[in-house]
Amino acid sequence: MKELDPWVFLAVLQEMLGPLLWGLLALAGLAAIGFLAVLVRDRGRLRARRLVWAEAAGLLGGIAAVLLTHAVTDSGFADIGGPIDWVVLAAIFLAGGFGTTIAAYAVFGLTGRNDRRHRIAGA
Amino acid sequence: MSLRRPVSPDGSAAAFLDRRRLLRAALAAGTVAAAGGAPSRSRAAAVRTRARIVIAGAGAAGLATAARLAARLDGAEITLLDRRREHLYQPGLTLVAAGLKPPGYVLGETAAFVPRGVRWIEERVAEFDPVARRVVTDAGRSLPYDHLVVATGLQLDYAAIAGMDTARIGRDGLGSVYAGPEEAAATWRALSAFADRGGTALFGRPSTEMKCAGAPLKHTFITDDILRRRGNRGRAELIYNAHSGALFGVPIVSERVRMLFEERGVRVNYRHELEAIDLGRRIATFRTPSGPVEIGYDFITVVPPMRAPEAVRNSPLPWQDGPLAADGWVEADRATLRHPRFPEVFAVGDVAGVPKGKTAASVKWQVPVAVDHLVADIAGTRSEAAYNGYTSCPLITRIGRAMLVEFDYHDNLVPSFPGVVAPLEELWITWVMKAIALKPTYLAMLRGRA
Repeated sequence: MKELDPWVFLAVLQEMLGPLLWGLLALAGLAAIGFLAVLVRDRGRLRARRLVWAEAAGLLGGIAAVLLTHAVTDSGFADIGGPIDWVVLAAIFLAGGFGTTIAAYAVFGLTGRNDRRHRIAGA
Repeated sequence: MSLRRPVSPDGSAAAFLDRRRLLRAALAAGTVAAAGGAPSRSRAAAVRTRARIVIAGAGAAGLATAARLAARLDGAEITLLDRRREHLYQPGLTLVAAGLKPPGYVLGETAAFVPRGVRWIEERVAEFDPVARRVVTDAGRSLPYDHLVVATGLQLDYAAIAGMDTARIGRDGLGSVYAGPEEAAATWRALSAFADRGGTALFGRPSTEMKCAGAPLKHTFITDDILRRRGNRGRAELIYNAHSGALFGVPIVSERVRMLFEERGVRVNYRHELEAIDLGRRIATFRTPSGPVEIGYDFITVVPPMRAPEAVRNSPLPWQDGPLAADGWVEADRATLRHPRFPEVFAVGDVAGVPKGKTAASVKWQVPVAVDHLVADIAGTRSEAAYNGYTSCPLITRIGRAMLVEFDYHDNLVPSFPGVVAPLEELWITWVMKAIALKPTYLAMLRGRA
């Protein structure tokens, strides 16, 4: 109500996760750094084949995010009640999908998996 | 597709999963974790003082008050008085009674939330003497104060219902969500057994002020849902006994609940208040305008009358007349929470004699106001902070959906997310908030961070 304060947001997340919050943030940070490192190493170019595989992993990540939300809240698709529910569901899917895509691209890039010569201009 | 996983009645299997569940929830639904909003943290410089402040009660209101006072005052002698070591996250009791959470979900330790610099004495206030500005504890300790915050909570008066015995909750179709975590879990066992058999289930509320007036409605909706999931709704009759001519204190919400009850086939008796119960014969007696009415049941959830604790009732602090006088609620200005006759006294939480809301949400919005006025008194300044009666209730209408009902003293709906989260619409997002974001927000409130 009235205002959303980032400090309150942080306090709530801390209560929800305890020390795990910092582990998760570190993981997210590592994924982002790994992605940027791979991008810099490849001179700012996204490798098409690697990206496609990362997006495939992202798709699974998005689906997993939605299913996990349902699992922890004892709810399911049948409980969708209004437009905002679809928006939130899509946001959860996109957040899970985007995060997994970035992380997968970094991991594939650093481990050399799915590398071919196909490239697309980017970044 | 559904991945519902209700816990077993004793909930043991789910206890250790809780943290992992929360972790997954945050991963999956981080965007909604802080929904509900909150006031800004106080960033004003601490006021130097040697004032003696006594906070009677270390429940949600007492702990949140202590946290905020400790952050805003430097050198004050702040004393918390409460004998109970366990802290109860009471908004979670409904989920325990629905078989979705184990009893441990609502349990915490008071010590974990007592702020640094605040002295906690494990004694209860037995006597308030606002004329002499002191309290006396049940151990005989006398504590003088410059400022007093009354946050004792309330008393569940089960004894006012003839024949009621809380030791029998969970047996013979008897449930009661409010009595405590074990009783809430026992209520789930009784509800679950009823949902397997069917029969007549009775719900209702007392005519006194009560904490979370939405809880009996939620419990009715949840019972309906569980019966449907087990394919036994057709074998059961659900009867909600309203104490007045309405189902909820806010007319627009009452009307919405009436429509939903009609849709779900829940029968309503108006002006029926439980006055006696025969636990052996399973007969409940209701006080009605036309005299006592007996109704047999297979399952009943008893909501006891609620009053101010005895020490408060026996003191000069309660209202002397008006609708809040009979049960001893502490007289308080509805905007500032300040006692009109004893201006150094404030009342927050359930014991406060204000017209609306005895909920954690009320506490969340009352405490910063009372604290601001108290600190202004010490600093010799003036506070403009005012509490508008805001309270909220995620009114569960089935497992997986809820309505986010928020209102003020004037029965106005005051939605936090107007145009986004519709207040009278059954939504999944509201349920998600209740399921994963409410408890962390509550705990942050206890620490003065939300």
